[in-house]
Amino acid sequence: MSAAILSLAEAIERYVADGASVALEGFTHLIPFAAGHEIIRQRKRELHLIRMTPDLVYDQMIGMGCARKLTFSWGGNPGVGSLHRLRDAVEHGWPRPLELDEHSHAGMAAAFCAGAAQLPFGMLRGYIGTDLPAHNPNIRRVECPFTGEMLAAVPAINPDVTILHAQRADRAGNVAIDGIVGAAREAALAAKTLVVTVEELVDALPPAMNGIVLPHWVVGAVVPCRGGAYPSYAHGHYARDNAFYQRWDAIARERGSFLAWMEEHVLGTRDHHAFLARLQQEAA
Amino acid sequence: MSACTRDEWMTVAAARLLRDRSVCFVGIGLPSAACNLARLTHAPEIVLIYESGTIGTRPQVLPLSIGDGELAETAACVVPLPEVFSYYLQAGRIDVGFLGAAQIDRHGNLNSTVIGPYGAPKTRLPGAGGAPEIALHARQVFVMARATKRSFVERLDFRTSAGYLDGHGARARLGAAGGGPRAVITDFGMLAPHPQSEELQLVALFADASVEEARAAVGWPLGVADRIDTIAAPTALELDTLRALNARTREAHARPVRIPL
Repeated sequence: MSAAILSLAEAIERYVADGASVALEGFTHLIPFAAGHEIIRQRKRELHLIRMTPDLVYDQMIGMGCARKLTFSWGGNPGVGSLHRLRDAVEHGWPRPLELDEHSHAGMAAAFCAGAAQLPFGMLRGYIGTDLPAHNPNIRRVECPFTGEMLAAVPAINPDVTILHAQRADRAGNVAIDGIVGAAREAALAAKTLVVTVEELVDALPPAMNGIVLPHWVVGAVVPCRGGAYPSYAHGHYARDNAFYQRWDAIARERGSFLAWMEEHVLGTRDHHAFLARLQQEAA
Repeated sequence: MSACTRDEWMTVAAARLLRDRSVCFVGIGLPSAACNLARLTHAPEIVLIYESGTIGTRPQVLPLSIGDGELAETAACVVPLPEVFSYYLQAGRIDVGFLGAAQIDRHGNLNSTVIGPYGAPKTRLPGAGGAPEIALHARQVFVMARATKRSFVERLDFRTSAGYLDGHGARARLGAAGGGPRAVITDFGMLAPHPQSEELQLVALFADASVEEARAAVGWPLGVADRIDTIAAPTALELDTLRALNARTREAHARPVRIPL
Protein backbone atom coordinates (compact mmCIF):
# COMPACT_ATOMS: atom_id res chain seq x y z
CA MET A 1 0.00 0.00 0.00
CA SER A 2 1.38 3.38 -0.93
CA ALA A 3 0.59 6.66 0.78
CA ALA A 4 -1.88 8.94 -0.96
CA ILE A 5 -0.45 12.13 -2.43
CA LEU A 6 -2.91 14.89 -1.67
CA SER A 7 -3.17 18.64 -1.61
CA LEU A 8 -3.01 20.17 1.85
CA ALA A 9 -6.66 21.25 1.74
CA GLU A 10 -7.72 17.71 0.80
CA ALA A 11 -5.57 16.10 3.51
CA ILE A 12 -6.89 18.35 6.29
CA GLU A 13 -10.47 17.92 5.10
CA ARG A 14 -10.13 14.16 4.95
CA TYR A 15 -8.14 13.45 8.11
CA VAL A 16 -8.78 16.22 10.66
CA ALA A 17 -12.34 15.91 11.98
CA ASP A 18 -13.86 18.30 14.50
CA GLY A 19 -13.14 16.90 17.96
CA ALA A 20 -10.11 14.86 16.83
CA SER A 21 -6.88 14.54 18.80
CA VAL A 22 -4.17 16.05 16.63
CA ALA A 23 -0.40 16.21 17.10
CA LEU A 24 1.57 18.64 14.93
CA GLU A 25 5.08 17.64 15.98
CA GLY A 26 8.58 18.84 15.18
CA PHE A 27 10.81 20.19 17.95
CA THR A 28 11.50 23.80 16.92
CA HIS A 29 12.66 22.39 13.55
CA LEU A 30 10.13 21.25 10.89
CA ILE A 31 7.04 22.58 12.63
CA PRO A 32 4.12 22.04 10.22
CA PHE A 33 2.90 25.66 10.09
CA ALA A 34 1.19 25.30 6.70
CA ALA A 35 -0.97 22.47 8.07
CA GLY A 36 -1.83 24.48 11.19
CA HIS A 37 -2.90 27.40 9.01
CA GLU A 38 -5.05 25.16 6.81
CA ILE A 39 -6.77 23.77 9.94
CA ILE A 40 -7.53 27.39 10.90
CA ARG A 41 -8.80 28.19 7.38
CA GLN A 42 -11.12 25.18 7.47
CA ARG A 43 -12.36 26.35 10.89
CA LYS A 44 -11.89 23.01 12.62
CA ARG A 45 -13.25 23.02 16.16
CA GLU A 46 -13.06 21.14 19.49
CA LEU A 47 -9.62 19.74 18.71
CA HIS A 48 -7.46 18.09 21.34
CA LEU A 49 -4.06 19.53 20.42
CA ILE A 50 -0.93 17.60 21.37
CA ARG A 51 2.61 18.98 21.12
CA MET A 52 5.60 19.09 23.44
CA THR A 53 6.18 22.78 22.70
CA PRO A 54 2.98 24.45 21.47
CA ASP A 55 5.06 27.18 19.77
CA LEU A 56 3.52 29.87 17.58
CA VAL A 57 1.54 27.34 15.55
CA TYR A 58 -0.66 26.34 18.51
CA ASP A 59 -0.76 29.91 19.82
CA GLN A 60 -2.43 30.72 16.50
CA MET A 61 -4.79 27.72 16.54
CA ILE A 62 -5.79 28.31 20.18
CA GLY A 63 -6.34 32.01 19.58
CA MET A 64 -8.53 31.22 16.56
CA GLY A 65 -10.75 28.94 18.63
CA CYS A 66 -9.77 25.54 17.18
CA ALA A 67 -8.86 23.85 20.48
CA ARG A 68 -10.74 22.45 23.44
CA LYS A 69 -7.77 20.73 25.13
CA LEU A 70 -3.97 20.94 25.07
CA THR A 71 -1.47 18.22 25.98
CA PHE A 72 1.97 19.84 26.27
CA SER A 73 5.19 20.17 28.24
CA TRP A 74 6.55 23.68 27.57
CA GLY A 75 4.37 26.53 26.33
CA GLY A 76 6.52 29.57 25.58
CA ASN A 77 7.89 31.49 22.60
CA PRO A 78 11.45 30.09 22.67
CA GLY A 79 13.99 32.71 23.67
CA VAL A 80 11.35 35.46 23.47
CA GLY A 81 8.77 34.98 26.23
CA SER A 82 5.11 34.09 26.55
CA LEU A 83 2.66 32.62 24.09
CA HIS A 84 0.08 35.35 24.66
CA ARG A 85 -2.86 33.53 23.07
CA LEU A 86 -2.21 30.39 25.11
CA ARG A 87 -1.98 32.56 28.23
CA ASP A 88 -5.20 34.38 27.41
CA ALA A 89 -7.03 31.07 26.95
CA VAL A 90 -5.76 29.71 30.28
CA GLU A 91 -6.01 32.94 32.29
CA HIS A 92 -9.27 34.34 30.84
CA GLY A 93 -10.92 31.56 28.83
CA TRP A 94 -10.56 33.57 25.59
CA PRO A 95 -11.72 32.79 22.97
CA ARG A 96 -12.86 29.72 24.89
CA PRO A 97 -11.66 27.76 27.95
CA LEU A 98 -8.78 25.38 27.34
CA GLU A 99 -8.36 22.15 29.27
CA LEU A 100 -4.70 21.40 30.09
CA ASP A 101 -2.98 18.01 30.24
CA GLU A 102 0.44 19.18 31.36
CA HIS A 103 3.67 17.17 31.48
CA SER A 104 7.43 17.51 31.53
CA HIS A 105 9.42 16.88 28.34
CA ALA A 106 10.68 13.56 29.71
CA GLY A 107 7.13 12.48 30.59
CA MET A 108 5.73 13.41 27.22
CA ALA A 109 8.61 11.73 25.39
CA ALA A 110 7.85 8.54 27.35
CA ALA A 111 4.16 8.83 26.43
CA PHE A 112 4.99 9.17 22.72
CA CYS A 113 7.40 6.20 22.89
CA ALA A 114 4.68 4.06 24.49
CA GLY A 115 2.23 5.22 21.84
CA ALA A 116 4.61 4.28 19.04
CA ALA A 117 5.11 0.83 20.60
CA GLN A 118 1.34 0.42 21.14
CA LEU A 119 1.92 -0.08 24.86
CA PRO A 120 -0.68 1.26 27.32
CA PHE A 121 1.67 3.51 29.27
CA GLY A 122 5.13 4.96 29.32
CA MET A 123 7.35 5.02 32.38
CA LEU A 124 10.24 7.04 33.60
CA ARG A 125 12.21 7.88 36.68
CA GLY A 126 10.69 11.33 36.95
CA TYR A 127 8.09 13.72 38.37
CA ILE A 128 9.66 13.42 41.83
CA GLY A 129 9.18 16.41 44.11
CA THR A 130 7.02 18.31 41.61
CA ASP A 131 3.42 19.48 42.01
CA LEU A 132 2.46 18.34 38.49
CA PRO A 133 1.00 14.95 39.55
CA ALA A 134 -1.27 16.71 42.05
CA HIS A 135 -2.87 18.59 39.15
CA ASN A 136 -2.75 15.95 36.43
CA PRO A 137 -4.38 12.55 37.11
CA ASN A 138 -2.54 11.27 34.01
CA ILE A 139 0.70 11.22 36.01
CA ARG A 140 0.74 8.21 38.33
CA ARG A 141 3.18 5.85 40.03
CA VAL A 142 3.82 2.23 39.15
CA GLU A 143 5.89 -0.35 41.02
CA CYS A 144 8.64 -2.24 39.22
CA PRO A 145 7.70 -5.94 39.58
CA PHE A 146 11.38 -6.92 39.79
CA THR A 147 12.95 -4.37 42.14
CA GLY A 148 9.98 -2.75 43.84
CA GLU A 149 11.16 0.70 42.74
CA MET A 150 8.34 3.20 42.27
CA LEU A 151 8.42 4.83 38.84
CA ALA A 152 6.31 7.49 37.16
CA ALA A 153 3.74 6.31 34.62
CA VAL A 154 1.93 8.29 31.92
CA PRO A 155 -0.71 6.98 29.52
CA ALA A 156 0.44 6.38 25.95
CA ILE A 157 -0.31 9.16 23.49
CA ASN A 158 -2.01 7.86 20.35
CA PRO A 159 -3.29 10.86 18.37
CA ASP A 160 -6.06 10.40 15.82
CA VAL A 161 -3.77 12.26 13.44
CA THR A 162 -0.14 13.23 13.61
CA ILE A 163 1.02 15.84 11.12
CA LEU A 164 4.73 16.35 10.42
CA HIS A 165 6.72 18.43 8.00
CA ALA A 166 9.74 16.73 6.37
CA GLN A 167 12.43 17.61 3.85
CA ARG A 168 11.41 14.98 1.31
CA ALA A 169 9.33 11.99 0.32
CA ASP A 170 9.43 9.71 -2.69
CA ARG A 171 6.42 8.97 -4.85
CA ALA A 172 5.55 5.81 -2.93
CA GLY A 173 5.28 7.90 0.23
CA ASN A 174 8.51 7.01 2.05
CA VAL A 175 9.44 10.08 4.10
CA ALA A 176 12.97 11.17 5.04
CA ILE A 177 13.84 13.62 7.82
CA ASP A 178 17.22 14.92 8.91
CA GLY A 179 18.53 17.49 11.36
CA ILE A 180 16.83 17.95 14.73
CA VAL A 181 14.04 15.38 14.91
CA GLY A 182 12.64 15.83 18.43
CA ALA A 183 9.95 13.22 19.04
CA ALA A 184 8.74 13.27 15.42
CA ARG A 185 9.37 9.57 14.78
CA GLU A 186 7.55 8.53 17.96
CA ALA A 187 4.62 10.88 17.32
CA ALA A 188 4.39 9.55 13.75
CA LEU A 189 4.31 5.89 14.75
CA ALA A 190 1.92 6.57 17.64
CA ALA A 191 -0.74 8.06 15.35
CA LYS A 192 -3.79 6.34 13.94
CA THR A 193 -3.16 8.33 10.76
CA LEU A 194 0.02 10.09 9.72
CA VAL A 195 0.03 13.04 7.32
CA VAL A 196 3.35 14.53 6.21
CA THR A 197 3.87 17.77 4.34
CA VAL A 198 7.18 17.84 2.47
CA GLU A 199 9.50 20.37 0.90
CA GLU A 200 9.94 18.20 -2.18
CA LEU A 201 8.70 15.01 -3.78
CA VAL A 202 11.61 13.07 -5.32
CA ASP A 203 12.03 9.97 -7.50
CA ALA A 204 14.42 8.32 -5.05
CA LEU A 205 15.40 9.23 -1.50
CA PRO A 206 19.12 9.64 -0.76
CA PRO A 207 20.70 6.81 1.30
CA ALA A 208 19.32 7.29 4.78
CA MET A 209 22.12 5.83 6.92
CA ASN A 210 21.08 6.93 10.41
CA GLY A 211 18.64 9.58 9.25
CA ILE A 212 15.00 8.98 9.98
CA VAL A 213 12.80 7.32 7.38
CA LEU A 214 9.10 6.73 7.87
CA PRO A 215 8.24 3.90 5.49
CA HIS A 216 5.32 4.31 3.09
CA TRP A 217 3.01 1.82 4.83
CA VAL A 218 2.88 3.90 8.03
CA VAL A 219 2.22 7.11 6.07
CA GLY A 220 -1.42 7.96 5.34
CA ALA A 221 -0.84 10.92 3.06
CA VAL A 222 2.03 12.97 1.67
CA VAL A 223 1.43 16.61 0.82
CA PRO A 224 3.95 18.52 -1.31
CA CYS A 225 4.24 21.93 0.38
CA ARG A 226 7.31 24.10 -0.16
CA GLY A 227 8.08 26.35 2.77
CA GLY A 228 5.56 24.39 4.86
CA ALA A 229 7.53 24.84 8.09
CA TYR A 230 8.07 28.62 7.80
CA PRO A 231 8.65 30.56 10.14
CA SER A 232 10.13 27.41 11.69
CA TYR A 233 12.71 25.87 9.37
CA ALA A 234 13.64 22.96 7.17
CA HIS A 235 17.31 22.13 7.49
CA GLY A 236 19.05 22.32 4.13
CA HIS A 237 16.19 24.39 2.67
CA TYR A 238 15.67 27.54 4.75
CA ALA A 239 16.57 28.91 8.17
CA ARG A 240 14.36 29.60 11.19
CA ASP A 241 13.04 33.16 10.97
CA ASN A 242 14.09 34.23 14.44
CA ALA A 243 13.12 37.83 13.68
CA PHE A 244 9.57 36.68 12.96
CA TYR A 245 9.43 34.83 16.29
CA GLN A 246 10.49 38.07 17.97
CA ARG A 247 7.89 40.10 16.04
CA TRP A 248 5.14 37.63 17.01
CA ASP A 249 5.36 38.79 20.61
CA ALA A 250 3.88 42.19 19.71
CA ILE A 251 1.38 40.79 17.17
CA ALA A 252 -0.10 38.27 19.61
CA ARG A 253 -0.01 40.40 22.76
CA GLU A 254 -3.46 41.93 22.20
CA ARG A 255 -6.58 40.18 20.91
CA GLY A 256 -7.25 42.87 18.32
CA SER A 257 -3.80 42.90 16.73
CA PHE A 258 -3.74 39.10 16.75
CA LEU A 259 -7.13 38.77 15.03
CA ALA A 260 -6.26 41.42 12.47
CA TRP A 261 -3.00 39.64 11.61
CA MET A 262 -4.65 36.24 11.32
CA GLU A 263 -7.50 37.69 9.26
CA GLU A 264 -5.12 39.27 6.80
CA HIS A 265 -2.40 36.63 6.59
CA VAL A 266 -4.12 33.29 7.16
CA LEU A 267 -7.87 33.57 6.62
CA GLY A 268 -7.24 36.14 3.90
CA THR A 269 -4.91 33.92 1.88
CA ARG A 270 -5.97 30.93 -0.19
CA ASP A 271 -3.09 28.64 0.73
CA HIS A 272 0.44 28.54 2.12
CA HIS A 273 1.99 29.83 -1.09
CA ALA A 274 -0.25 32.89 -0.95
CA PHE A 275 0.58 33.31 2.77
CA LEU A 276 4.32 33.34 2.02
CA ALA A 277 3.80 35.68 -0.94
CA ARG A 278 1.94 38.11 1.33
CA LEU A 279 4.83 38.10 3.82
CA GLN A 280 7.39 38.59 1.09
CA GLN A 281 5.39 41.51 -0.30
CA GLU A 282 5.42 43.12 3.16
CA ALA A 283 9.16 42.56 3.56
CA ALA A 284 9.93 44.18 0.18
CA MET B 1 38.21 45.99 33.70
CA SER B 2 35.66 48.23 32.04
CA ALA B 3 32.27 48.65 33.72
CA CYS B 4 30.00 45.67 33.15
CA THR B 5 26.34 44.93 33.73
CA ARG B 6 25.13 42.55 36.42
CA ASP B 7 23.87 40.17 33.70
CA GLU B 8 27.40 40.05 32.30
CA TRP B 9 28.89 39.50 35.74
CA MET B 10 26.38 36.70 36.44
CA THR B 11 27.19 35.06 33.14
CA VAL B 12 30.93 35.23 33.80
CA ALA B 13 30.50 33.92 37.37
CA ALA B 14 28.44 30.97 36.10
CA ALA B 15 30.94 30.24 33.32
CA ARG B 16 33.78 30.03 35.84
CA LEU B 17 31.95 27.25 37.70
CA LEU B 18 32.16 24.99 34.64
CA ARG B 19 35.10 22.62 34.39
CA ASP B 20 36.67 21.66 31.10
CA ARG B 21 35.39 18.31 29.75
CA SER B 22 32.28 18.40 31.92
CA VAL B 23 28.99 17.42 30.26
CA CYS B 24 26.37 20.16 30.52
CA PHE B 25 22.66 20.12 29.78
CA VAL B 26 22.05 23.66 28.59
CA GLY B 27 18.94 25.85 28.67
CA ILE B 28 18.26 28.94 26.58
CA GLY B 29 19.14 32.44 27.79
CA LEU B 30 21.81 33.24 30.39
CA PRO B 31 22.78 29.56 30.87
CA SER B 32 23.45 29.17 27.15
CA ALA B 33 25.60 32.30 27.22
CA ALA B 34 27.49 31.08 30.31
CA CYS B 35 28.19 27.62 28.87
CA ASN B 36 29.41 28.98 25.55
CA LEU B 37 31.53 31.62 27.29
CA ALA B 38 33.19 28.81 29.26
CA ARG B 39 33.78 26.90 26.02
CA LEU B 40 35.32 29.96 24.36
CA THR B 41 37.61 30.73 27.33
CA HIS B 42 38.83 28.18 29.89
CA ALA B 43 36.84 25.06 28.94
CA PRO B 44 37.37 24.33 25.22
CA GLU B 45 36.49 20.63 25.62
CA ILE B 46 33.24 21.14 27.54
CA VAL B 47 30.40 19.04 26.09
CA LEU B 48 27.18 21.01 25.60
CA ILE B 49 23.91 19.16 25.17
CA TYR B 50 20.69 20.97 24.27
CA GLU B 51 17.43 19.13 24.85
CA SER B 52 16.59 19.27 21.15
CA GLY B 53 19.08 16.41 20.79
CA THR B 54 22.27 18.21 19.77
CA ILE B 55 25.25 16.69 21.56
CA GLY B 56 28.69 18.30 21.73
CA THR B 57 27.50 21.40 19.93
CA ARG B 58 29.82 24.40 19.36
CA PRO B 59 27.61 27.23 18.10
CA GLN B 60 29.24 30.39 16.68
CA VAL B 61 26.21 32.44 17.76
CA LEU B 62 23.84 31.77 20.66
CA PRO B 63 20.63 30.08 19.58
CA LEU B 64 17.36 31.99 20.03
CA SER B 65 15.47 28.72 20.39
CA ILE B 66 16.57 25.42 21.84
CA GLY B 67 16.56 23.93 18.35
CA ASP B 68 18.13 26.50 16.01
CA GLY B 69 19.85 25.00 12.95
CA GLU B 70 23.17 26.37 14.21
CA LEU B 71 23.09 23.86 17.07
CA ALA B 72 22.65 20.89 14.74
CA GLU B 73 25.26 22.05 12.21
CA THR B 74 27.96 22.43 14.86
CA ALA B 75 27.11 19.30 16.90
CA ALA B 76 29.10 16.09 17.20
CA CYS B 77 25.80 14.27 16.71
CA VAL B 78 22.07 14.87 16.75
CA VAL B 79 19.87 12.29 18.47
CA PRO B 80 16.09 12.01 18.90
CA LEU B 81 14.72 13.83 21.93
CA PRO B 82 13.55 10.71 23.82
CA GLU B 83 17.18 9.51 23.72
CA VAL B 84 18.45 12.71 25.31
CA PHE B 85 16.07 12.36 28.20
CA SER B 86 16.25 8.60 28.78
CA TYR B 87 19.71 7.45 27.59
CA TYR B 88 21.66 10.52 28.71
CA LEU B 89 19.82 12.45 31.43
CA GLN B 90 17.90 9.67 33.20
CA ALA B 91 20.85 7.30 32.79
CA GLY B 92 23.03 9.64 34.84
CA ARG B 93 25.33 10.84 32.04
CA ILE B 94 24.97 14.59 32.72
CA ASP B 95 27.39 16.41 35.05
CA VAL B 96 25.74 19.82 35.17
CA GLY B 97 22.19 20.94 34.52
CA PHE B 98 21.45 24.65 34.22
CA LEU B 99 18.03 25.96 35.20
CA GLY B 100 16.27 29.28 35.46
CA ALA B 101 12.88 29.96 37.05
CA ALA B 102 10.31 32.63 37.81
CA GLN B 103 10.42 31.74 41.52
CA ILE B 104 12.94 30.02 43.78
CA ASP B 105 12.58 29.27 47.48
CA ARG B 106 15.11 28.91 50.31
CA HIS B 107 15.68 25.24 49.52
CA GLY B 108 16.28 25.81 45.81
CA ASN B 109 12.90 24.47 44.68
CA LEU B 110 11.80 26.14 41.45
CA ASN B 111 8.57 27.38 39.89
CA SER B 112 8.24 27.92 36.16
CA THR B 113 4.55 26.95 35.89
CA VAL B 114 2.11 29.51 37.33
CA ILE B 115 1.80 32.56 39.56
CA GLY B 116 -1.42 32.16 41.52
CA PRO B 117 -3.49 28.97 41.80
CA TYR B 118 -2.92 26.34 39.10
CA GLY B 119 -6.60 26.16 38.13
CA ALA B 120 -7.03 29.95 37.91
CA PRO B 121 -3.57 31.46 37.47
CA LYS B 122 -2.81 35.15 37.65
CA THR B 123 0.10 34.52 35.29
CA ARG B 124 0.47 31.38 33.23
CA LEU B 125 4.22 30.72 32.74
CA PRO B 126 5.62 28.41 30.02
CA GLY B 127 5.78 25.37 32.29
CA ALA B 128 8.16 22.54 33.06
CA GLY B 129 9.94 21.60 29.83
CA GLY B 130 12.96 19.54 30.75
CA ALA B 131 13.37 21.06 34.21
CA PRO B 132 11.82 18.47 36.60
CA GLU B 133 14.03 15.66 35.33
CA ILE B 134 17.13 17.84 34.89
CA ALA B 135 16.65 18.87 38.53
CA LEU B 136 16.37 15.23 39.49
CA HIS B 137 19.16 13.56 37.52
CA ALA B 138 22.00 15.99 36.78
CA ARG B 139 24.94 15.39 39.16
CA GLN B 140 24.71 19.03 40.08
CA VAL B 141 22.37 21.83 39.14
CA PHE B 142 23.29 25.49 38.75
CA VAL B 143 20.43 27.98 38.89
CA MET B 144 20.66 31.41 37.28
CA ALA B 145 18.00 33.93 38.30
CA ARG B 146 17.78 37.65 38.91
CA ALA B 147 16.81 38.33 42.51
CA THR B 148 13.77 40.30 43.63
CA LYS B 149 11.34 39.71 46.45
CA ARG B 150 8.89 38.45 43.83
CA SER B 151 11.31 35.85 42.48
CA PHE B 152 13.21 34.77 45.63
CA VAL B 153 10.16 33.91 47.72
CA GLU B 154 9.20 32.49 51.07
CA ARG B 155 6.69 30.14 49.43
CA LEU B 156 6.42 29.02 45.79
CA ASP B 157 3.04 29.26 44.07
CA PHE B 158 3.83 25.93 42.36
CA ARG B 159 6.76 23.56 42.69
CA THR B 160 7.81 22.64 39.15
CA SER B 161 11.25 21.22 39.97
CA ALA B 162 12.73 19.81 43.14
CA GLY B 163 15.62 21.46 44.88
CA TYR B 164 16.11 20.19 48.42
CA LEU B 165 12.34 20.11 49.11
CA ASP B 166 12.10 20.92 52.86
CA GLY B 167 15.81 20.36 53.44
CA HIS B 168 17.62 18.19 55.99
CA GLY B 169 17.97 15.31 53.52
CA ALA B 170 14.36 15.28 52.27
CA ARG B 171 15.51 15.23 48.65
CA ALA B 172 17.78 12.22 49.05
CA ARG B 173 15.11 10.33 51.02
CA LEU B 174 12.71 10.74 48.09
CA GLY B 175 15.19 8.97 45.82
CA ALA B 176 16.47 11.84 43.68
CA ALA B 177 19.67 10.59 42.06
CA GLY B 178 21.37 13.90 41.27
CA GLY B 179 22.99 16.27 43.75
CA GLY B 180 20.50 19.14 43.49
CA PRO B 181 21.15 22.89 43.22
CA ARG B 182 24.77 23.32 44.27
CA ALA B 183 24.89 27.00 43.29
CA VAL B 184 22.44 29.82 42.62
CA ILE B 185 24.03 32.61 40.61
CA THR B 186 22.15 35.86 40.96
CA ASP B 187 22.63 39.62 40.57
CA PHE B 188 24.54 40.17 43.80
CA GLY B 189 26.61 36.99 43.89
CA MET B 190 26.05 33.38 44.76
CA LEU B 191 24.02 31.22 47.15
CA ALA B 192 24.76 27.60 48.02
CA PRO B 193 23.04 25.05 50.27
CA HIS B 194 24.08 24.77 53.92
CA PRO B 195 25.64 21.29 54.38
CA GLN B 196 23.07 20.15 56.99
CA SER B 197 19.91 22.20 56.62
CA GLU B 198 20.29 22.46 52.82
CA GLU B 199 18.95 26.01 53.08
CA LEU B 200 20.46 28.39 50.54
CA GLN B 201 22.84 30.84 52.11
CA LEU B 202 25.02 33.63 50.85
CA VAL B 203 28.48 32.26 50.01
CA ALA B 204 29.90 34.82 47.59
CA LEU B 205 29.38 38.44 46.58
CA PHE B 206 30.36 40.37 43.49
CA ALA B 207 33.16 42.76 44.38
CA ASP B 208 30.81 45.76 44.35
CA ALA B 209 27.84 44.13 46.16
CA SER B 210 27.05 43.97 49.89
CA VAL B 211 25.36 41.63 52.35
CA GLU B 212 22.69 44.30 52.89
CA GLU B 213 21.94 44.40 49.17
CA ALA B 214 21.64 40.62 49.11
CA ARG B 215 19.31 40.54 52.10
CA ALA B 216 17.15 43.27 50.60
CA ALA B 217 16.72 41.31 47.37
CA VAL B 218 15.68 38.01 48.94
CA GLY B 219 12.17 37.27 50.22
CA TRP B 220 13.23 35.07 53.14
CA PRO B 221 15.62 35.88 56.03
CA LEU B 222 18.84 35.12 54.16
CA GLY B 223 21.47 33.15 56.06
CA VAL B 224 25.11 34.04 55.53
CA ALA B 225 27.98 31.53 55.40
CA ASP B 226 30.86 31.81 57.90
CA ARG B 227 33.07 32.90 55.05
CA ILE B 228 31.91 34.98 52.11
CA ASP B 229 34.07 34.85 48.99
CA THR B 230 34.45 37.74 46.62
CA ILE B 231 33.70 37.04 42.96
CA ALA B 232 36.31 38.94 41.00
CA ALA B 233 35.10 41.26 38.30
CA PRO B 234 35.15 39.89 34.74
CA THR B 235 38.58 40.00 33.11
CA ALA B 236 39.04 41.83 29.85
CA LEU B 237 39.20 38.48 28.02
CA GLU B 238 35.96 37.23 29.58
CA LEU B 239 34.11 40.44 28.90
CA ASP B 240 35.40 40.86 25.35
CA THR B 241 34.54 37.25 24.53
CA LEU B 242 31.02 37.53 25.97
CA ARG B 243 30.30 40.85 24.28
CA ALA B 244 31.54 39.61 20.93
CA LEU B 245 29.37 36.50 21.31
CA ASN B 246 26.32 38.61 22.17
CA ALA B 247 27.00 41.02 19.30
CA ARG B 248 27.30 38.14 16.79
CA THR B 249 24.10 36.70 18.19
CA ARG B 250 22.08 39.93 17.94
CA GLU B 251 23.23 40.44 14.37
CA ALA B 252 22.36 36.86 13.40
CA HIS B 253 18.89 36.92 14.97
CA ALA B 254 17.94 40.17 13.25
CA ARG B 255 19.23 39.06 9.84
CA PRO B 256 16.35 38.81 7.35
CA VAL B 257 15.57 35.26 6.31
CA ARG B 258 14.67 34.50 2.72
CA ILE B 259 11.00 33.56 2.61
CA PRO B 260 10.88 30.06 1.11
CA LEU B 261 8.59 30.76 -1.82
